[in-house]
Amino acid sequence: MNNRLKDRLATGMFWFGAVAVLLILFFLLAYIFLHGFKSISWHFLTSPPETIRAGGGIGPQIFNSFYLLFLTMAITTPVGIMAGIYLAEYARRNNITEAIRLSIETLTSLPSIVIGLFGLLIFVNKTGWGYSLMAGALAISVINLPFMVRISEEAIRDVSDEMREASLALGASHWQTIWRIVLPSALPGLITGGIIAAGRVFGEAAALLYTAGMSSPALNFQNLDITSSTSPLSPFRPAETLAVHIWKVNSEGLIPDVRQVADGASAFLVLTVLVFNITARWAGRYIHRRLTSSQ
Amino acid sequence: MRKYTDRLSKWLSFACAGLVVILTVSILYFISSKGLATFFVNDVSIKEFLFGVRWSPEPSSEQVKPLVGSLPLTSGSIIISFLAACISAPLSILVAVFITEIAPGWGRKIIQPTIELLAGIPSVVYGYIGLSVLVPFIRNSIGGLGFSVLAGFLVLSVMILPTIISVSTESLRALPEQWKHASYALGATRWQTIRMVLIPAARPGLITGIVLGLARAFGEALAVQMVIGNVRKVPDSILDQTITLTSAITMDMGYTVMGSLWNNALWSMALMLLLISFFSILTIRLISKRGAIR
Repeated sequence: MNNRLKDRLATGMFWFGAVAVLLILFFLLAYIFLHGFKSISWHFLTSPPETIRAGGGIGPQIFNSFYLLFLTMAITTPVGIMAGIYLAEYARRNNITEAIRLSIETLTSLPSIVIGLFGLLIFVNKTGWGYSLMAGALAISVINLPFMVRISEEAIRDVSDEMREASLALGASHWQTIWRIVLPSALPGLITGGIIAAGRVFGEAAALLYTAGMSSPALNFQNLDITSSTSPLSPFRPAETLAVHIWKVNSEGLIPDVRQVADGASAFLVLTVLVFNITARWAGRYIHRRLTSSQ
Repeated sequence: MRKYTDRLSKWLSFACAGLVVILTVSILYFISSKGLATFFVNDVSIKEFLFGVRWSPEPSSEQVKPLVGSLPLTSGSIIISFLAACISAPLSILVAVFITEIAPGWGRKIIQPTIELLAGIPSVVYGYIGLSVLVPFIRNSIGGLGFSVLAGFLVLSVMILPTIISVSTESLRALPEQWKHASYALGATRWQTIRMVLIPAARPGLITGIVLGLARAFGEALAVQMVIGNVRKVPDSILDQTITLTSAITMDMGYTVMGSLWNNALWSMALMLLLISFFSILTIRLISKRGAIR
């Protein structure tokens, strides 16, 4: 077999790999959406789930997922950006910085079930909140924080040094430079990365089983008193999210229409994550264009 | 005033970065303090826990005392994640080379976004598709109950594809262009260049990707729990049902009483997962350091 033939065969092999992965994704999306859209209706998206009868919806779960996402991002965005600023602007090469980086890598690779157990111990039991949205949001913040730090550090490092030097030369202090020059220039990267991180939070389930809980007590959407346990806005009530719901209906299987509910919930979940991903790209580019007036 | 704002914000940003360290240390501390109770409070020997072959933690009449040998669970986890990596690693490297060398134009434009989408699909959805497509398919056309090691590692192998592909792509892209040019100038074909120059040069990055993929597979809980049947035994074939560390924690944590031996053993398993992921990070650091010197 001569070398040219070998080269051809190898090229074919690489094509095979690429096409196989594209086909896998295509099959997954086609399966999820073809099955899912059959069971999605306005009623399904807005009504509460049934415990033993068919015909339940996923309304509260959708609300819980978004509320949890909001709480998590409200915690991790400021902390993550500040930590990113430290690593990109202030950190020297020393043992402290090394410890911070090692911690970030360790947190990123920890199985989410382990973080869920940590949440159970600290945010559920030690605080006395019990299974609650707040405990879930804090647990997921632990997962999300290292991502946010990394995203912020990268986005801030991408800002050119000339910009910093120009600002400092005009007499601005280091912090003024960071706040008025560096952060606005890093904004497109921060937003793109932040929205993608949000997509991951939205689909997380293992860390929530024992922190936000697997039950969704009846919610009264007219009740806006944040301290009342039937109010959807209360962060100290147990709250089952969409991803947890998919797992629970499959593992308990008490309702007769498990498949329809899980199909619909999966399709809604994946669609939301897709929308997040597409928005992230688009928003980053749009803001970049607005800020720099480049084409 | 300006000086104080400057100093204050520097310290505030340092505090936020320090929080990451505090979190990591406290996770290690609290999980250890619960996980070590099995050995210090319940007096189970470490050997018995790690290598005991009977996992039967519920108190029953015929059994004198509950047995918490975690070997069936550990071996289930190892078998499934190893097999997943065996499928996923070669496929991922093919795709990474395709993106960087064979079709750099549309590889970047079409395949990379595809990979990101694959990474965005939540793990419960992977588990659910495994449960509703793969499990019945295996039951009807291959045999057994469908809930099996096979279903488990196939689901995982798709789940870890994006991790390995993106790390490998990055490391292949980071190689100096000149090496490729030098190889072509010597008359090598593209395949020879890939096989003898690019892959060996990118090896530390490729191994890092595979280790990260393995760690992800090892720690995945729900997707695996949904398709492997959760029967407490070491599997005899890939069509057998089995159980993993994560799936046992997922199922039993809610039903056991805090402080009981069963519960403590689950925390010990969580500690084991934590240590394994920590060691995989250390391995990766070692590999990339070695790669950097050469």
